[in-house]
Amino acid sequence: MALAAVRSLDVARELARPTTTADEHLLPVAPSVADLVPGAGLRRGTVVSVIGSTSVALALAAGPSAADSWTAAVGMADVGIVAASELGVDLDRLALVPDPGSEWAAVVAAVLDGIDVVLARPPAHLRPADARRLVARARDRGGVLIVVGAWPEGADLRLTVTGREWAGLGDGHGHLGRRRLTVEIGGRGAAARPRRAQVVL
Amino acid sequence: MSATRTLVVWCPDWPVAAAGVGSAAPAAVFHANRVVACSAAARVEGVTRHQRRREAQGRCPDLIVIERDQARDARAFEPVVAVIEEMAVGVQVLRPGACAVATRGPSRYAGGDHALVRSVVDAVATVLPAGAACQGGIADGVFAAGMAARHGDGIVVPPGATPEFLAPFPVRTLDRPELADLLRRLGITTLGQFAALSAADVLGRFGPEGAAAHRLASGLDERPVSGRVPPLDLTVAVELDPPAERVDVAAFAARGMADELHTRLSSRGLSCTRVRIEAETEHGEALARVWRHDGPLTPGAMADRVRWQLDGWLAGTARTRPSGGLTLLRLVPEEVGPADGRQTGFWGSAAAVDERAARALARVQGMLGPDAVQTAVITGGRGPGEQVLLVPWGEPRPEPPEAERPWPGRVPAPAPASVHAAPPVAEVVDGDGRAVVVTGRCAVSAPPARVSIGGAPWADVTGWAGPWPVDERWWDPPAHRRRARFQVTTSAGPALLLTVEAGAWSVAATYD
Repeated sequence: MALAAVRSLDVARELARPTTTADEHLLPVAPSVADLVPGAGLRRGTVVSVIGSTSVALALAAGPSAADSWTAAVGMADVGIVAASELGVDLDRLALVPDPGSEWAAVVAAVLDGIDVVLARPPAHLRPADARRLVARARDRGGVLIVVGAWPEGADLRLTVTGREWAGLGDGHGHLGRRRLTVEIGGRGAAARPRRAQVVL
Repeated sequence: MSATRTLVVWCPDWPVAAAGVGSAAPAAVFHANRVVACSAAARVEGVTRHQRRREAQGRCPDLIVIERDQARDARAFEPVVAVIEEMAVGVQVLRPGACAVATRGPSRYAGGDHALVRSVVDAVATVLPAGAACQGGIADGVFAAGMAARHGDGIVVPPGATPEFLAPFPVRTLDRPELADLLRRLGITTLGQFAALSAADVLGRFGPEGAAAHRLASGLDERPVSGRVPPLDLTVAVELDPPAERVDVAAFAARGMADELHTRLSSRGLSCTRVRIEAETEHGEALARVWRHDGPLTPGAMADRVRWQLDGWLAGTARTRPSGGLTLLRLVPEEVGPADGRQTGFWGSAAAVDERAARALARVQGMLGPDAVQTAVITGGRGPGEQVLLVPWGEPRPEPPEAERPWPGRVPAPAPASVHAAPPVAEVVDGDGRAVVVTGRCAVSAPPARVSIGGAPWADVTGWAGPWPVDERWWDPPAHRRRARFQVTTSAGPALLLTVEAGAWSVAATYD
């Protein structure tokens, strides 16, 4: 009798469980860069380090941006806004903090409080203690910190662009078209085994 | 209980008048590609509100097109309010272009309602921008007085006769399109028919908003209890140190105040429908202005009104401008009512996400200053950096241009991911090691073979295109720039957008 009650409770729980079409802990990414991230999504609460390409970082932010997430770019005074828009970042939900100065870590922490995807170029001498605090903050708030450059603490996902091929440019004619980037992928967990992928942006 | 006897002064087509265009010229003010206001001359040609820009220009080819700027409207209206304030105390701004004042005292002083309307309208006419007009009307309640002012100049509805005056007007004048649409389909076309329904039935069928509209149609004030003075502790004040002389600095402080006032009110289940904005300057001047709103003021709407008012004071004419910076700002809720609770979604809605982001960004502004957080809008321009307009977070974002216009010389897509604010110096040489130059006729001396950026080792050029000449502002000698652009791929690193100007090369952008 008691066992039957427990079984029916199990059934009830199964019925009452909200159905989700995707993993709630993953933010969707655009198809063009889906090969780069394990599970084809950005895991909430992680740090991604992109080395050698701003475009890849912007393209990673495009998927969540299309799904109503906010994006912030901290310490990236040079970021190409037109490129961000072309790659799919919604400018209505993009905030820029171009010059955080010495407050870099505090600004990134504050922004992680309310914004899902934070792009940031770290200062030359980032203290490991600050980096650890930001990792904890990202995990706590469920945001994704995409660092354009190296990350002292070892990022959860590390994307290093090693090769670039351009189409469309000739010898004195044409113009730059699409590019094929070779990316080396490393990191922790699902990304621990190093591999290589190519993306076309 | 009848409504307060009120004078409303209304300036027709205010957004057009505020832009300095007289009513004789065909002009229209646009927002989001739709007409929001037009001059009398444009109306004669068939331009109406909500019309698309193309249609409006089709009907009236020489239409003067003006972009909406609410700060400009408010700034131009400030002298009007100031002149009415000299004749009657307690002026409430309804919106830029219309304001209301209770007539009980001023009427006696002026010698009757008719005399009051005449003298106020005459006084206002002296400060109006050229070509603008104004009309006044008196009735019981702000809504009816507004209808009287719109209906014709100098209409005075006798006390108690307001319901009869309102009865023939169509229901759309209530300015609640959904309700008016429903009423029309129920066969109720005039305010009189609507007012004839029982108040209890209207409340039961249409809810609090319908009940408020019913009160208006019946010639009563929108809310049953008018002018309930709230307890003192709801006032929000901020001291500005150093004193604020610029509108954006003061407006930034005001935004936080509006949020705080809203939090204080909503924690008591209240909403504010009339707010007094007070300011003190370093020379001890005290400024105050009352803004009234038809519905509850949201934090955003309140912050907008504060910014408009600050704009009116700080950027106004010498007549109204204070002599020093503002040292104190105060928001006093003058009239509060129960908040018609609006339930937000149980699972965080899109609005909740926006609010969370707004809070985080406001905190960053608190750390670094209001200009430190920006949003970007893409506008016209040739260079990848020139196409972008940066707007401080919280300021209104301009509308992006409706259509893509051709910009000859624009670099084709894809755009570079890094646009350098301070372009690094580069050296470009041909196969023989001679510097590559571009002639006045835009011919290249020799194909570029090697590139060095900022003294770094030479990299071989693997592909290049250009030159794309850019001859900008040739009509303005000091700002005239003649440049040529090249796209270059090299054996090392990402593709580059190079610029050569007067023989000097630099890296304008990087396709990294």
